Amino acid sequence: MSGILNSSIGRKFAMALSAFFLMIFLLQHFAINLLSVFSADTFNEVSHFMGTFWVIQYLMQPVLIFGVIFHFVMGFVLEIKNNKARNISYAKNNGAANSTWMSRNMIWSGAAILAFMGLHFYDFWFPEINTKYIVGDMSGQLANGEFRYFEELQHKFVDLWRVVLYVIAFVFLALHLLHGFSSAFQSVGANNKYTKGLKGFGKAYAIIIPLGFIFIALFHHLNH
Amino acid sequence: MALDSKVPKGSIKDKWTDYKNHIDLVNPANKRHIDVIVVGTGLAGGSAAATLAELGYNVKAFAYQDSPRRAHSIAAQGGINAAKNYQGDGDSTYRLFYDTVKGGDYRSREANVYRLAEVSANIIDQCVAQGVPFARDYGGLLDNRSFGGVLVSRTFYAKGQTGQQLLLGAYSAMNRQIARGKIEMFNRHEMLDVVIVDGKARGIIARNLITGEIERHSAHAVVVGSGGYGNVYFLSTNAMGSNATAAWKIHKKGAYFANPCYTQIHPTCIPRSGDYQSKLTLMSESLRNDGRIWVPKNMEDVMAIREGRKKPTDLSEDERDYYLERRYPAFGNLVPRDVASRAAKERCDAGYGVNATGEAVYLDFASAFERYGREQAKIHNITNPSDEKIYELGQAIVEAKYGNLFQMYEKIIDQNPYKTPMMIYPAVHYTMGGVWVDYNLMTTIPGCYCIGEANFSDHGANRLGASALMQGLADGYFVLPYTIGDYLSDDIRTGKIPTDTKEFDEAEKEVSDRINFFVNNKGTKSVDYFHKKLGKVMWDKAGMSRNAEGLIEAMAEIKAIREEFWKDVSVPGTADEMNPELEKAGRVADFLELGELFAKDALMREESCGGHFREESAELDGPQKGEAKRNDEDFAFVAAWEYKGEPANAVLHKEELEFKDIELKQRSYK
Amino acid sequence: MNLTLKIWRQKDSKAKGQMVDYKVTDISEHMSFLEMMDVLNEQLVNSGEEPVAFDHDCREGICGMCSMYINGEAHGPDRGVTTCQLHMRMFNDGDTITIEPFRAAAFPVIKDLVVDRMAFERIQQAGGYISVNTSGNTQDANSIPISKHAADEAMDAATCIGCGACVASCKNSSAMLFVGAKVSQYALLPQGQVEAVDRVKNMVAQMDLEGFGNCTNTGACEVECPKGISLENIARMNREYLSATLKG
Ligand SMILES: Cc1cc2nc3c(=O)[nH]c(=O)nc-3n(C[C@H](O)[C@H](O)[C@H](O)COP(=O)(O)OP(=O)(O)OC[C@H]3O[C@@H](n4cnc5c(N)ncnc54)[C@H](O)[C@@H]3O)c2cc1C
Ligand code: HEM
Ligand code: SF4
Ligand code: FES
Repeated sequence: MSGILNSSIGRKFAMALSAFFLMIFLLQHFAINLLSVFSADTFNEVSHFMGTFWVIQYLMQPVLIFGVIFHFVMGFVLEIKNNKARNISYAKNNGAANSTWMSRNMIWSGAAILAFMGLHFYDFWFPEINTKYIVGDMSGQLANGEFRYFEELQHKFVDLWRVVLYVIAFVFLALHLLHGFSSAFQSVGANNKYTKGLKGFGKAYAIIIPLGFIFIALFHHLNH
Repeated sequence: MALDSKVPKGSIKDKWTDYKNHIDLVNPANKRHIDVIVVGTGLAGGSAAATLAELGYNVKAFAYQDSPRRAHSIAAQGGINAAKNYQGDGDSTYRLFYDTVKGGDYRSREANVYRLAEVSANIIDQCVAQGVPFARDYGGLLDNRSFGGVLVSRTFYAKGQTGQQLLLGAYSAMNRQIARGKIEMFNRHEMLDVVIVDGKARGIIARNLITGEIERHSAHAVVVGSGGYGNVYFLSTNAMGSNATAAWKIHKKGAYFANPCYTQIHPTCIPRSGDYQSKLTLMSESLRNDGRIWVPKNMEDVMAIREGRKKPTDLSEDERDYYLERRYPAFGNLVPRDVASRAAKERCDAGYGVNATGEAVYLDFASAFERYGREQAKIHNITNPSDEKIYELGQAIVEAKYGNLFQMYEKIIDQNPYKTPMMIYPAVHYTMGGVWVDYNLMTTIPGCYCIGEANFSDHGANRLGASALMQGLADGYFVLPYTIGDYLSDDIRTGKIPTDTKEFDEAEKEVSDRINFFVNNKGTKSVDYFHKKLGKVMWDKAGMSRNAEGLIEAMAEIKAIREEFWKDVSVPGTADEMNPELEKAGRVADFLELGELFAKDALMREESCGGHFREESAELDGPQKGEAKRNDEDFAFVAAWEYKGEPANAVLHKEELEFKDIELKQRSYK
Repeated sequence: MNLTLKIWRQKDSKAKGQMVDYKVTDISEHMSFLEMMDVLNEQLVNSGEEPVAFDHDCREGICGMCSMYINGEAHGPDRGVTTCQLHMRMFNDGDTITIEPFRAAAFPVIKDLVVDRMAFERIQQAGGYISVNTSGNTQDANSIPISKHAADEAMDAATCIGCGACVASCKNSSAMLFVGAKVSQYALLPQGQVEAVDRVKNMVAQMDLEGFGNCTNTGACEVECPKGISLENIARMNREYLSATLKG
């Protein structure tokens, strides 16, 4: 088992595992965000619970951070290795003839997501960490005694440029997942009679989830 | 030197067993001190190399391709025969033996053929153990198909890629030995001469095809399994690189060359489309199980079709001439290859060929669609099926059986064979002739062996379908490993053969001189120019039917081409680099000699037998009028030629064939 | 038809190569691509130039010798064919056709369009076999029944011709389709089970050692593979490998 990351298939497997983890996290993240559209209160309660429950904070959050870092670091490592595997490139290459744009540009869609995550962390995660662990305010409340989560959320989507950036980023996420979803199954060796159905489901997931995030961003931009 | 076939005494059934029980063996510890060179890694060479290495010999194997897996054996489609009698239809060692001798028109050596039939069953066991994915039936047992004019189903197959799967099996066995260091594999190396020391084959000179370097390799024995020489015709179903060089070089150093004129011309190949054609593509003979062969009855229709005014499907049944069914009512479209090929040529020579070159006949599946369609309609309880429905059902069955062949045809010809009949024409496919070997597979050079298609083989004057693969593997897995041990048992104290001797010097010099000649000649004509010219003479005058006049002309013309070649051939590039033109030049130079010997042999054999049809030797009347006439009185022998400089001066040695276990009969397919 | 060809010329493995333009005229649409190359070479020989070196042998799509990257695709624009089976009717009069060698660090160029695919050989030698002796003292072939389904699937995997188009087409120069096909053939058959664990580990290790890239499942290999080898074989290899690793 040791040294599995030294083998191509091992790396593929690890990549897929981290991706599965991210995709599950994304679903969960989406579900909570979606609440904000229906009910500010529920959203606040759930957010507070997530933000203070120790399992999430001390267990899942580090795992998540590790997962994200592992995923993109490995992504870059593989990209570099793969580029080295062809030392002279083709004068003419017709990649579109045999593969999708998404599959050939995972590194670019991934990089766009990474850039977005920078913004995202700057917007939400750093302030959160600051409030909770540096300032030490674990109440989750504003000065007026109300939960701050919904308020902060709406506030962020006031600027149009930020909304535009969010939309672009989610388009890239969709592109990333359009290939990534089914790719991850193939990587762990699942290719069987369910694959066709799974691919369809993957496409739906890859479009619906990012579209949903875009919807939420627009919703708050238009409704504050 | 008198030819001694070294066939063991005793009854035919016991010869091989007795032989094995009494030969000298080499002790395993001593095998380590013995080197064997194997030239060629097709089914014959590959299986021999793997087995010899496994026995403990140090093997050096050579192939001109970049991997053993690419040897020409890979192209065989149809299947491999073995007397397993899995179908319970009465097959037996004897029956396979009988069919092979009869199919070969009684021109093969009984004892060898019997041994071949005897070991055939073992081949299948061996290959299955290696993981060769032969076709299976729903019960999980091995499936068989029937093949070319025999009465039992004994052909094992792996889709339409039997040769590929068998070769990959032998290749995997080689890989295991390469990994163990017991085989040293020399890919992209071409053997250019054999080295003889004290009358024994002790090594070869080879050219590294990447660097151009000339290398010396020594061994205690040399095995040549370099395949057939069908490319002497330029156009054949052989791979582009298939060549006679290795076989011809040993011939020039003392190995007799037997029956060069025995060539198999396969009836179901895709016709030539133009002068640029580089090779011909075979479609499995199994197509004839369901296809009907015809040409139009009337000349007007032929013209109309050639000019595109009519389509073959426009012709009604009585405007068609199903000439095989007409001439051979008993066997119809399933007559043996040689008969089917000659009949196609006869129609085309008479002007009835159906494509622009006038060299094509139709292979029509319409009645198979209909027949299978009706059968399926019954099975599926469809009452009053429409014509379209019947056609559709029938097509599905034909597709399941021959789908890959239909697809291949469509890719090449750009016509849909489900909609319009296929066009086919005979093409050179296999050479039964080759280096003469005795029962031990040793040539007339001590220590030099020849196996597979390269030897004069067990197929007599005509080979049955699916028997070449069987022979190659039998030679390599089961025969040579025993017989060579008997010879090598004398060599356990010889020690390594040095390569810094005058014999190696001389052989190397000869090879280098010739290469230097080519690259310095600066003639005006390409190698292909001469090869095509040779091919045309061979096809026109020593092809499907031959006569004395044509053969005499052929000998003279080939000699003239050869002389022109040596004056005017142009080989660009240098000797010390990868140089495909140089490789071709060497091969064509040898074909230009072999071709002449071929014609000489055909001229000498004033009888028609198997693939060799002499127009002068045909039945003049009676029910067999026009059919081939064999002459057992005067020609029941193997013609083994000894090299004496010019091919025209080759000296004939006869190995008389005795038939103790089979009665000689005329082949009749009427 | 008349064509312009842009062809990679490289004297030997050490030389620096470049693209060179050639013109060929009167090409028949019935020619195969390699016959068109023959015409070019005949033309070059007649004018005393060195012909373009390219690998080929069977010219019927089974030996796996021919390669060539034609207009940006391995074995050219047609599907399910090798270069030798590609026909000129796929092109139009006046076309410019770019012809390059298969490119991968693990497939160094030997000359012009000829590449060295010995990496495939070494992968096979690392375990692409069943360790039975060839002496013939094996059990009767029918003593191991194999379901038709498994036999057919193994056969499909076994049809790989080792051409390397999968590597050439893959943006990562990954050899997983080739290795997956070989691993699968044996994994699907009972004869292959005994050595299954070591086989997949050794073959994958050798594949990695040769410097092939990492599969990212773009599927280009499956599309360009002349023999229609399915991606399922890669998934199967992944499973085999992962379970072999767990077994130690
Ligand atoms: C299209 C086609 C279909 C066929 N179908 C069937 C079939 O269904 N059933 C059947 O039984 N038979 C079939 N045959 C016949 C059969 O395939 C061959 O007879 C048989 O495979 C020959 O095997 P071999 O090992 O003797 O030679 P080959 O497979 O031709 O191998 C020759 C080897 O020698 C090497 N070599 C040659 N010259 C040199 C040299 N100078 N130096 C170094 N190496 C050299 C080559 O690299 C190669 O490795 C078919 C043949 C063709 C052409
Ligand atoms: C939350 C965000 C992300 C999700 C949900 C996600 C999801 C996925 C998935 C499912 C795969 C396919 C895994 C496989 O084939 O084995 C994948 C692959 C990849 N991801 Fe991401 N990813 C995310 C972020 C990123 C980021 C930030 C990068 C940064 C560079 C990135 C780069 C890549 C690359 C290069 C691959 C292809 C590697 C491979 O298939 O082996 N991803 N991603
Ligand atoms: S998997 Fe396909 S493309 Fe790759 S080597 Fe095999 S046949 Fe060629
Ligand atoms: S030349 Fe054999 S596959 Fe193309």
